[in-house]
Amino acid sequence: MKKTITLFAGLFVLATGIYLSAADHNEAPAVMGLGTDLADLFAYESPNNSNNMVLAATVSGLLSPNATATASFDEDMMIEFNIDNNGDNIEDLVVQCTFENNKVQMYGPYAPAAPGTSSTIDATEGMIEADITPYGTNAIVVSDGGISLFAGPRDDPFFFDLNQFGDILGGTATSFNNPGDDSLKGTNVLAIVAELPKSLLGSGESINLWVETKRKQ
Amino acid sequence: MNYSNRLKNLTLIFLASISLGLVACSDDEGEMPEVPATYVMEDQMARPAINTVFVTTGNKDNFNQTVPSQMGANFASAFESRLLALNAGYTTNALGHDAATFSGVLATDVLNVSLNGTTTFFDGTNVLTGRTLADDVISVELLLIFGGPDGTANPGLTDDHVDANDKAFLSTFPYMATPW
Repeated sequence: MKKTITLFAGLFVLATGIYLSAADHNEAPAVMGLGTDLADLFAYESPNNSNNMVLAATVSGLLSPNATATASFDEDMMIEFNIDNNGDNIEDLVVQCTFENNKVQMYGPYAPAAPGTSSTIDATEGMIEADITPYGTNAIVVSDGGISLFAGPRDDPFFFDLNQFGDILGGTATSFNNPGDDSLKGTNVLAIVAELPKSLLGSGESINLWVETKRKQ
Repeated sequence: MNYSNRLKNLTLIFLASISLGLVACSDDEGEMPEVPATYVMEDQMARPAINTVFVTTGNKDNFNQTVPSQMGANFASAFESRLLALNAGYTTNALGHDAATFSGVLATDVLNVSLNGTTTFFDGTNVLTGRTLADDVISVELLLIFGGPDGTANPGLTDDHVDANDKAFLSTFPYMATPW
């Protein structure tokens, strides 16, 4: 019993500020409510082609259907997938996505001019462009040179009984419910999805991957 | 960014634009050289809910501004405190990680992705080799935080019992379900 009390006393301290956060949605004050607030990152082998990898990121989480109809990618934002090939957690390759005039532009993968918190686009590298899929229309997909690209609103693929977790941390519950209740049920995100040959990401057995949002200065 | 930093940046941008203007004025051709735009980091993530759960309230922006190669050095010990606050009885987890090892792994927020094998957050065999849309990532993280060495500790906390998405994923690109 004492162990239980210690556990929940500890959890109570952590309760502040977790209710509206999720995978990475709304997690930090400076990006809260901004178009650059990342929600999630996915990376998996294509279910349709074992030579391909799917890279996907979501931003602007927790959109109601009504809010989704008017939501748009921040035009000053870059979504940058960072790929480390040699295990030092410094990016060797980047895939950079920008959003202009209702279109998405994807550059790379290529080696960045310099790693770190500032990026530039090398416009001499190849670029793929696709229309951003408007809410309520079929997915617009552009495929070019073995790369497929999509950007637009989607159902948020993340699922979690966040409210019950908040109650546990807040001390008003001691366990999850069974079945639980998906706190992200019925909410949407803005998503970018790219499918590309694994060979473009590296020749080793694995990569380290992370995603950054960056703002045009 | 706080106010004084923002002011400093604005001042720098103002000075930079003056000097650019001078360069342009002295150019007889009158052509502005194309300067590629600079993009500066505002948010970052790899594994789900790391900043949400493990970074203390006052440090969340700082974590988002730290490059992954510096995260371990800057955050591993704070992550360990947080882990032990979440689960004061933590010994090891199903990966065999003691608190320091697990905190070190968590603090460097990158996602390892296999280029030649199964890609999954956890499928019963493979661990942290990628992340698919259907992976029940939160239950994996809860199990590693609360489940103890064999996953049986704190049974009420190791699974949120939300095991799948609220809408079926697509079998073809772009795979994510249409919006509500």
